[in-house]
Amino acid sequence: MDFSFVFAIDWGFIFDQSLKQAVDINAIVYALAAIGLNVHFGYAGLLNFGQVGFVAMGAYGMGLGITYWQTNPALAVLIGIIFAVVFALILGVPTLRLRADYLAIVTIAAAEIVRLMARSTAMRSITRGAEGLNEFIGPFRELNPFTPSAEYGFGPFVWSGNRFFTVVVGWTLIGLFLLLVWQLMRSPWGRVVKAIREDEEAARALGKSAYWYKLQALILGGVIGGFAGMVMALGNATVQPDFFVAPLTFFFWLVLILGGVGRVWSPVVGSIIFWALITFIQNLGRQMVDDGLIPTSIMDTTQVDQIRFWVVGAALALLMVFRPQGIFGSREEMALDAN
Amino acid sequence: MPTDLSHLDRIPGVAKPDPILVVDNMRKRFGGIVAVDVDHLEIQRGVITALIGPNGAGKTTFFNVLTGFDKPDEGSTVFDGNIIDKVRPDVLAKRGMVRTFQLTKALTKLAVIENMKLGAKHQRGENFLRALISPIWRDQEHSIEERGDALLARFKMDHMRDEYAGSLSGGQRKLLEMSRSLMTDPTLVMLDEPMAGVNPALKQSLLDHVRELKDEGISVVFVEHDMDVVQGISDWVVVMAEGAIIAEGPPESIAENKEVIDAYLGAHHDTPLDLDAGLETDSGEEEE
Repeated sequence: MDFSFVFAIDWGFIFDQSLKQAVDINAIVYALAAIGLNVHFGYAGLLNFGQVGFVAMGAYGMGLGITYWQTNPALAVLIGIIFAVVFALILGVPTLRLRADYLAIVTIAAAEIVRLMARSTAMRSITRGAEGLNEFIGPFRELNPFTPSAEYGFGPFVWSGNRFFTVVVGWTLIGLFLLLVWQLMRSPWGRVVKAIREDEEAARALGKSAYWYKLQALILGGVIGGFAGMVMALGNATVQPDFFVAPLTFFFWLVLILGGVGRVWSPVVGSIIFWALITFIQNLGRQMVDDGLIPTSIMDTTQVDQIRFWVVGAALALLMVFRPQGIFGSREEMALDAN
Repeated sequence: MPTDLSHLDRIPGVAKPDPILVVDNMRKRFGGIVAVDVDHLEIQRGVITALIGPNGAGKTTFFNVLTGFDKPDEGSTVFDGNIIDKVRPDVLAKRGMVRTFQLTKALTKLAVIENMKLGAKHQRGENFLRALISPIWRDQEHSIEERGDALLARFKMDHMRDEYAGSLSGGQRKLLEMSRSLMTDPTLVMLDEPMAGVNPALKQSLLDHVRELKDEGISVVFVEHDMDVVQGISDWVVVMAEGAIIAEGPPESIAENKEVIDAYLGAHHDTPLDLDAGLETDSGEEEE
């Protein structure tokens, strides 16, 4: 068999792209959203299938802060946080007294409601409908200490000044939230939250208000998700309703499960691996089609984008078979659930 | 000191010298079935009260209602002088009424010692903002851990300290649940079938632990459907059948109570001989 095709492929380019995407803005957004989801599901046992709704709330809160209420960037970020908190209250107050599945149903619907409302013509005067918010980036760019025209970074990790600013802010946020989650989960607060995940009634019988702690966890994870939205908005310099489609939530879940549920680091590692893998497959596929290694009768370049999700799906299925606890998870803990 | 209850009338709803829990006109219906139908019941402070009855008598429902896990359709409960209708279970626990469950609720993915520490009240680090600053809660955490270790040692569970609670056996989980409930500094401990599914050797040690609770001045109510268990340990027995209290009295009086026998075996049982034999053997064992 002829293996010369191996040399026709620009491996250097593919690896560079994969490494860069592993730490670029998309990976940051997914990591932040998954950190929030980890607080929800990994620690508090809350089934949130609408994390993208929190992401949208953060992005729109910040964007509207500048364009609609014309505040300064700090206040705009605060509005983004408030949006996420309000969303958490709307979802949590009526459902957290009920069984866990009710939250799941409500979240998946509420996230879609947020997106559809944002793009509706009725809200057009505020959210600008499907066009989205495009004029909020100015005040943030003024804060940028890096020269926009210059390039920053080393090796494959090179960004323009504006983008580099977002990357730095994003990774700083990841660091801060990891620290926050780590500290909380080793504190008595974290013990109560984990106890509620294990058995809500036992926690209540020992004097802990399950409802109140679940609400706190929902808000915390939601606000972290909101920050994911803010980073996304800064990176794209725009907030558009159709960024926030339901499948995004399931990618956040994928990232979380990949890393291992209920471990501090796992969302970040999951996100890095996810984006490296996706980029690798995409670039390899494209080159193979371009070089004629895969005939266009089988697949063309646009189809590569869909195939990459097949491969990720298959990889996840294999992970579930051979390492169901994820990369960082504990097999011992998984086994306890079987009892 | 445990009060002597032997002079009390042996009728349902009899007044106690110093009740810790008083129930009045409590009804709980599930559709057409009246699961709980208690006119009046007083639970004496500082003694062990057994709540017995055949399967389906409504014991666990009654228990759930008393501990706030279920809401009664009507009726009121007074705990330690305060009306506790519509009080949430977590608030009740903070006030000193703690319960265990028939199907034990070990927090499986937490270590045994973490299970224990969860029970402690007034933890500073359970507040979100204070949790962020370790020095605020670290000292308290250490003293809670010491208490937890001491209780584990008393229940002979100290060797399992760092294991996941999910890796404990059924009997060990019962022990863990009981010792964990003591971390809340309770005045009244409500045990839902503490002996269910426990092997005979462990049963004896569980009984000893229940007795120790009384010696510490804690009032104990426990649900049981096995009459044998009740005999040796309880100071007072309350019998439920079809949701109502049908008999009350010291344990030795209960086994001979006709209402109780009818409730357990049906009013028209045709084999009195078997019944007598069974009861004699039971009481004989107790005297040994």
